[in-house]
Amino acid sequence: MELIRLKDVTKQYKNGVTAIYDMNLKIKKGDFVFVIGGSGSGKSTLIKMLYREEKPTRGEIILGGLNVAKLRNRKVYKLRRKLGIVFQDYRLLPKSTVYENVAFALEVIGTKGDVIKMKTLQALELVGLKGKIRNYPDQLSGGEQQRVAIARAIVNNPRLLLCDEPTGNLDPTMSMEIMKVLEDINKTLGTTIIMATHDKEIVNKMKKRVVVLKEGRLISDYEKGTYAKEAANSF
Amino acid sequence: MKFFRMLFRSIRDAFKSVFRNFSLSMASISCITITLIIVAVSLIASLNVDHFTEVIKQDVTMVVFIENDATESDLAKVKSAIERLDNIEEITFKSKEESKQEMMDSDEIFKQTMGEWDIKDNPLRDSYLVKVTKLEKIDSTVEEIKKIDKVAVVSYGEGTVEQLVGTFSIIEKIAYGIVIALVIVTVFLIINTIKLTIFSRKREISIMRLVGASNFSIKLPFVIEGMVLGLLGSILPVLGLTYGYVAFYNYFKGNLFSPLIQLIKPEPFIFYVAGVIILLGIIVGTIGSYHAVRRYLKV
Ligand SMILES: Nc1ncnc2c1ncn2[C@@H]1O[C@H](COP(=O)(O)OP(=O)(O)OP(=O)(O)O)[C@@H](O)[C@H]1O
Ligand SMILES: [Mg+2]
Repeated sequence: MELIRLKDVTKQYKNGVTAIYDMNLKIKKGDFVFVIGGSGSGKSTLIKMLYREEKPTRGEIILGGLNVAKLRNRKVYKLRRKLGIVFQDYRLLPKSTVYENVAFALEVIGTKGDVIKMKTLQALELVGLKGKIRNYPDQLSGGEQQRVAIARAIVNNPRLLLCDEPTGNLDPTMSMEIMKVLEDINKTLGTTIIMATHDKEIVNKMKKRVVVLKEGRLISDYEKGTYAKEAANSF
Repeated sequence: MKFFRMLFRSIRDAFKSVFRNFSLSMASISCITITLIIVAVSLIASLNVDHFTEVIKQDVTMVVFIENDATESDLAKVKSAIERLDNIEEITFKSKEESKQEMMDSDEIFKQTMGEWDIKDNPLRDSYLVKVTKLEKIDSTVEEIKKIDKVAVVSYGEGTVEQLVGTFSIIEKIAYGIVIALVIVTVFLIINTIKLTIFSRKREISIMRLVGASNFSIKLPFVIEGMVLGLLGSILPVLGLTYGYVAFYNYFKGNLFSPLIQLIKPEPFIFYVAGVIILLGIIVGTIGSYHAVRRYLKV
């Protein structure tokens, strides 16, 4: 079953820079996909279009039957409830505890109190942070902060998890911890995961599907690919 | 249910935010407080003026004395001439005999001396008792009546009443002007306060967007924050007006300077005024926050 389909998508920013050219891409439900490519190749732009932060200039993006490109601003929240997003810089609320940060995602969409508690604790358990629910972000390591962000992203059981360089600020050990968490989510919850990254080690170890971008074009797409193969020609 | 959960959350957030940026909120709240105090005082004053002019109006009667040589038909002519004027509420005739009787009833000495008068000796005059519709125009009405043939003298309340009313209406207009200016200043202060809260919570707002909070639920707490500022700003004016007016009323025992000027009884009057003040505070607060949200919380 297909979860995402991009048809002839082009994205030109207002300043004239074209970040994505005529892209066609299909992603199956339950897939784990790496998006790799050099700096400025359009990885973040692709992810932003998937959560409708940016609109494609041309083309269609169908996500779970929803035409994301045509979605009105007022309705974007409906899409966002179906997906989770994780960034390099965690984006946590510094004055809220781990628990509050995760529960926040449910509170603001009007979830019932007892459901919030249950789901929040479940999500924190899944990322291995149940013992630190009362800590504040500045009392956590980078890897732990990123796990809080992941818990927040999956707390509402999204079908899709978008990650834009989630390990960008982390050392290799912590990065691998994050990857374990993501793989676990992908396996146990069946969540489709799309992850943009620079990290060779990770891509090589995980042996997942790899989509390679270069200057806004999709140049290759490998099942169980590795970064090493691409390293020579795409950078 | 979901709606009420969101509403509850928004109200809680709004209160939190007010107290988190307390010094900033205080500026708005003080401004609302000052505005509402002036509104409260003006409102109480003008309602009281309306009230007692209404009461006085019923009591102010001018007496139109007719010259002694007037015949029956002269009397009728005077009456119809007065009735033709446009400020006349009521007109009744009082003959000199009735006046005499009234005076005799009121005083023992009058009774003795006047009792001896014959109908022809009665030096008193026939008169018309006239009430006007608009007290503030009583002067010109008196002038008109004086011009009528066979009218000897017109006497009425010393003119203090309509002077008082005139003065109050000027004060009222000045108060309106001040209130409008203050409301505008207040609205701008609130816009600024809410703008700064919006900026200080940029991160929170962007996370809310990411996790799929609807625009309405993102905006609601900020709009409610304006309402809360308005509500908090109305506390002092309402307490002041309630206790102040009751004390004022009791101190003057319900009448100001003369028994003619009756004050409105505090209950339920002050509750209505308090309601108006609270409502006004909330409205002003909401206008401010609504504008701020529209301007600074783009979606
Ligand atoms: N908001 C924007 N306005 C204008 N141009 C932009 C904007 N965002 C990105 N770009 C441009 O679009 C191109 C692709 O940028 P993008 O951020 O998608 O690359 P990336 O692959 O994520 O790079 P990196 O690995 O450095 O994060 C770049 O040339 C960039 O300068
Ligand atoms: Mg990027």
